[in-house]
This record gives sequence, structure tokens and C-alpha cells, in this order.
Amino acid sequence: MFKAPDVKRTTFYDYHVEAGGKMVPFAGYLMPVQYPGGIMQEHLHARDKAGLFDVSHMGQVVVDGEGAAAALERLVPIDLEALAIGQQTYATFTSETGGILDDLIVTRWSETCFFLVVNAACKEQDIKHLREHLGDLEITELSGQSLLALQGPKAKDVVGELSPAANDLLFMNGCHTTIGGVECYVTRSGYTGEDGFEISVKNNGALAIADQLLSYDEVQWIGLGARDSLRLEAGLCLYGHDMDASKSPIEAGLNWSVSRSRREGGSKPGGFLGSDQILKHLADGVSKKRVGFLIEGRAPVREGAEIVDTQGNVVGVITSGGFGPTLQTPIAMGYVDAEFCAEGTKLDALVRGKNRAMTVVKMPMVPQRYFRG
Amino acid sequence: MGETVYTKDHEWLVIVDGIATIGVTSFAREQLGDVVFVELPEISALLTKGDEVAVIESVKAAGEINAPINGTVLEVNETLVDEPELLNSSPEEGGWMFKITLDEDSDISGLMNKAEYQNYIAVNA
Repeated sequence: MFKAPDVKRTTFYDYHVEAGGKMVPFAGYLMPVQYPGGIMQEHLHARDKAGLFDVSHMGQVVVDGEGAAAALERLVPIDLEALAIGQQTYATFTSETGGILDDLIVTRWSETCFFLVVNAACKEQDIKHLREHLGDLEITELSGQSLLALQGPKAKDVVGELSPAANDLLFMNGCHTTIGGVECYVTRSGYTGEDGFEISVKNNGALAIADQLLSYDEVQWIGLGARDSLRLEAGLCLYGHDMDASKSPIEAGLNWSVSRSRREGGSKPGGFLGSDQILKHLADGVSKKRVGFLIEGRAPVREGAEIVDTQGNVVGVITSGGFGPTLQTPIAMGYVDAEFCAEGTKLDALVRGKNRAMTVVKMPMVPQRYFRG
Repeated sequence: MGETVYTKDHEWLVIVDGIATIGVTSFAREQLGDVVFVELPEISALLTKGDEVAVIESVKAAGEINAPINGTVLEVNETLVDEPELLNSSPEEGGWMFKITLDEDSDISGLMNKAEYQNYIAVNA
């Protein structure tokens, strides 16, 4: 089998192979795209029971130092000073021109310390970006740390037994705890739309935690394929596809990810990279926007497909698409001219020269089931 | 019943009296993942070896099927339109895709028998 010397393995590599995982290179790592159950089965398992995801390829970075909140606020349009210890938030690293350099989850670990989880493909660039702009702060990549996600309606039963403290968490909160005697940091978050947890643990304790989780009948490994279909149904963006440096958070439909206080009329408006452009987009609206689509028939519409109006004019492009196993119908996301982004708008996607009818729908396509207490 | 022969693109063919029944192998199906949609050719379409003739879509990706030989589409497996999952459970029987009438000059010399195909996937997988 092909194995380039620079393709890395996570701590769980042997576990994936043993579970029959089909290993493929992804963002510099050999990762399981699917197991013998297949994407459909794995997807439905995560919606019905509890799916275990190895997301150790993602970047885990700690930003620490006096004034870290205010300093990081120059890079994300978020009110980090208002974030309580143990609380987390979704954020984007914005560019000087108002585009998105990456998206991430920021957790406040202490008054001066923040824990960032960033995309695998962007992590080197993100760390460089942090060091360039936050020279006075200590920026540490937790490269000896694994990350697991347990997602689905049964996740709380499993975690509840192993760590009652973690089970008390509300969505987008975290705590230091132990699972089977192994120290870890657990957050109530994920990328599937389901209730669930992410567990950050030192590599030397990671397998012991996976063993604990996998000892439950309702827990099964889930690969990257189902991770993608789950997040698509949940209306969640994939960086490099549904957003990139050429799209602002407002064009990406992430208005909610710009804190009130950082907007015009807020207590500390602007002051982050690209804020002029992003606040202008908020005030004046945008000419194109990310929307969700439900596709008629059974043919999936995939990334890159052109979107046309009833006259055949090209009005947008699909950025993510596939079959939604929960909905049993093809779904997609894409960017369309602003006049076509209202729910219920009928458009076509061009697939191999054929028009496929689709309708703009509200996202998420599958209701999110986060635990908010 | 003719002998089943195989292409390097992981199609299988059974040729009887100048008519080839064509589908994809279990190996190809496993590589592609769970099939959710199949696009079949038009009846009477004239095919030249290498033409894109059908598409199989899985949850994750689209796979193109190219004509393995020259011929004319005689029949398609309409069942697959409503039940594409038949390709998951039975790619080499109930999940056959289309039948073509071979051209007189159709060249089948490059096709592999079962043992050759098994060897081919063992070496190339």
C-alpha cells in the first residue's frame, strides 16, 4: 500500500485498521474514510446511538498570556472577554480583506488561557498567523494530544457513566475530568448536529479512553465519510469547500458568529482583521450567500455543480453535496446570488448536462439536538 | 450461459449470442461505497469502447462506467432506477446495469477471465 513518508498516523491508527477502516490520506494523515459497515450504516448509527470519531488530525493549540482575550479579539469577531471560564464558542479567523482563513472552536481555560481546535489542513498556517499577530503570547500546539468525539443520542449515557462531571455540561461548555482514571478535557460539542462530546487527551492515555468507550455496545467507530454527511445534514460548513478566504462570514451565512459587541453600535465595534468589510456586509447585505438545498429525485448534486435559474442563467455554485442518509434524499449547500436565497426558491443544478431540480431550504436540514439543559 | 469476463475498470460482462450483459464487480462496488443512484444509458444508444455510458453515485462519490466494447444499448435494468441499493446487495446478478448488442467487429480480446481478474485486483488494489 502507498505510504508517503510525510503521511502521519494518529495514535488510533492500529485500532482503525483492526476495525477494518479503509485508510486514506487526508490533510497529511492516514485516516479512516469508512469501516466495513459503510457510510450509510455509520451515519445512521451516529444519529441513533453513539458514534466514535478520531479527530486527532485536527490542530489543538493553546494561547496563553496576559491580555490573551483582547489580543485574540484582533483575529476573531468574537467577544472573548465575555466568555466564561469553561465556556466555548465557534469562531472564524478573518483575513485583512474580510475573508475566512479558518474556522475554529475557542474554549476559555482560564482568565488568560484559551484552547483552540482548528482544521487539520489549516493548522500550520493558523499557528503562523497566531505567532505573527500575537507575538507577546505563548502559542503552543498540543501535538502530543489526541482528540476523540463521541456523538449521538446515547453519548450522554456512556459519558454519564464514565464521567458524571462531563455529563452535567451544557452544549458548548467543557471541564477537566477523568475517564477510567485518565485525565482529559471534555467539551459538550461536535460536528454532527447531535448531542455529544469531544475528548482531548494525552496520546499515552488515548487508547485507554477509546477502550472504555468502545466497551459499550452502542459505541462504534465512524469514519470521515459519515462525518461529512452528518455535518452536511446539520447545515455545518466545511472549510475549504463551503467557505474560504474569498468568502466573508456574512456571505457564508455565519452572521451569528459575529458577536453583538463587535458590530456597529456594539460596545467595542470592529477591531478585528477585515472588520471594515465584514461590518459593511452586515450593514448593507451581501450579493451572494450560502444556502441549503433539497434536491428532487435521487441523483446527488456535488461540489462544483453550477446552479441555474429558470431561464438557465448561472446564479451560483454548489460547494458541498451528497446523499443525506437520515433524510434519504440528496442535499447540498452552495452560494447563490442574493435574490435567490429565500427559502422555497426553485433552482436547478447542472449535473452531467442534466438539470436537477432543487429548492432552497432552511438549514439545518436535520434538526440539531444539542443539549442546552 | 457464457463465461463471465472482466475489464480493468472493474466491469463484468456475460456474452451470449452476441449480446453482453454488463455490470460492475463486487470489488468496484465496495470501493465506491453505498450506492444511492444509478444513471443508465438510453436504449439504442451507439457505444464506442471507452464512452461514458452510465454513472453510479454513492453517498460519497460518483463513479463513471465506460463502455467496455463497441455496440448498441439493447436493454437497461430499470429496477435500479427505483432500487439502486440492489447494486449494493447483488452487483453481479440482480444489479446488472445494461445489455448491449455487440458490433460485428467488437474486440473482446483484452477482457480477463475470473482468475486473471482476481489476480489483477490482488496486484492493483
